[in-house]
Amino acid sequence: MAVIEIKIELKKGVADPEGQNTKKALELLGFSGVRSVKTVKTFQMELDAEGDAALAMGQEMCRKLLANPVIQSFHVELK
Amino acid sequence: MRPEDVKVCVLRIEGTNCEDETFNAFKILGADPEKVHLNQLDGHAPELMQRSLEDYDVLALPGGFSAGDYIRAGAIFAARIRSALSVDLTRFVEQEKPVIGICNGFQILVELGLLPAFEETMSPMPTAALFTNDSARFECRPTLLRNDNRGNCLFTSRIPKGEVVMFPSAHAEGKLLSMDPDLVERLDDNDQIVFRYVDQDGEQSGYPWNPNGSPDDVAGICNPAGNVLGLMPHPERALSRFTHPDWTRGYEKEEGDGLAVFRSIMDHVRG
Repeated sequence: MAVIEIKIELKKGVADPEGQNTKKALELLGFSGVRSVKTVKTFQMELDAEGDAALAMGQEMCRKLLANPVIQSFHVELK
Repeated sequence: MRPEDVKVCVLRIEGTNCEDETFNAFKILGADPEKVHLNQLDGHAPELMQRSLEDYDVLALPGGFSAGDYIRAGAIFAARIRSALSVDLTRFVEQEKPVIGICNGFQILVELGLLPAFEETMSPMPTAALFTNDSARFECRPTLLRNDNRGNCLFTSRIPKGEVVMFPSAHAEGKLLSMDPDLVERLDDNDQIVFRYVDQDGEQSGYPWNPNGSPDDVAGICNPAGNVLGLMPHPERALSRFTHPDWTRGYEKEEGDGLAVFRSIMDHVRG
């Protein structure tokens, strides 16, 4: 069994309204010096596959469902 | 073809919630709509409940929050359709049968690669996205739309070009994005832009008239052949004059503006 972690991030240049609004809210709460906030989605999975096969499976999942290549990039790693 | 012979598949899964209004839109016009669960089309239902997409004349993907909007709005419904039905659905579209996706349905069509579909009927990967509104909020209100289609789109044959209609919008992810910097230009060249958000004078005025920040105020697009339409606002919520916000304040039309979209579909199918 392998545990993989998949991170889905917005591509460079894609505005992140959720991150921007969070930053604004944090500033309103009095947190100063918040330079940027970006939202990143993480999935953790336990797979029957091992090593490279588990990574390959995670990448295939990203291509088929978890990421939209127009706006998102993905990164898969073994935990 | 008689209206009652027009068979409409209103496709749903868990979390779809506009199937009743969409069903009613076709029912009012005398068609034969049916609310069909995806499981009935992909062999996961008891035999008597099984259906085949090819038996229908129209496919409607209603609004809602299919599969809880998890991952991305429409992504799970789209992935399930792609794995179970991509051959049938491609054939359906290539036969020039109408496919309409409203709100979540539009998000599904984009995730499926059926829109904008510049290169092929259904691209293997999405080539656009409907992303979080610029406001990062759920925007819910009546929206005014101008029909900017020059005649390619079968769904607006009953709406004169340049006419402004009111369909309500209610979405958090409606901003059309693409990797193609010339997206709007390409859509326009192919006559794929159907509706733009406008103000009460029929002019493009950005937010709040455009609730999501879509480039050039684009609210709805069709495929190059004009038989697949996706739009964020809800024509099925504007069937009766009584659901218009001004119905007690001088709104004089006999019916809601949305019905014209469904009448156009019926005209096309009935020939």
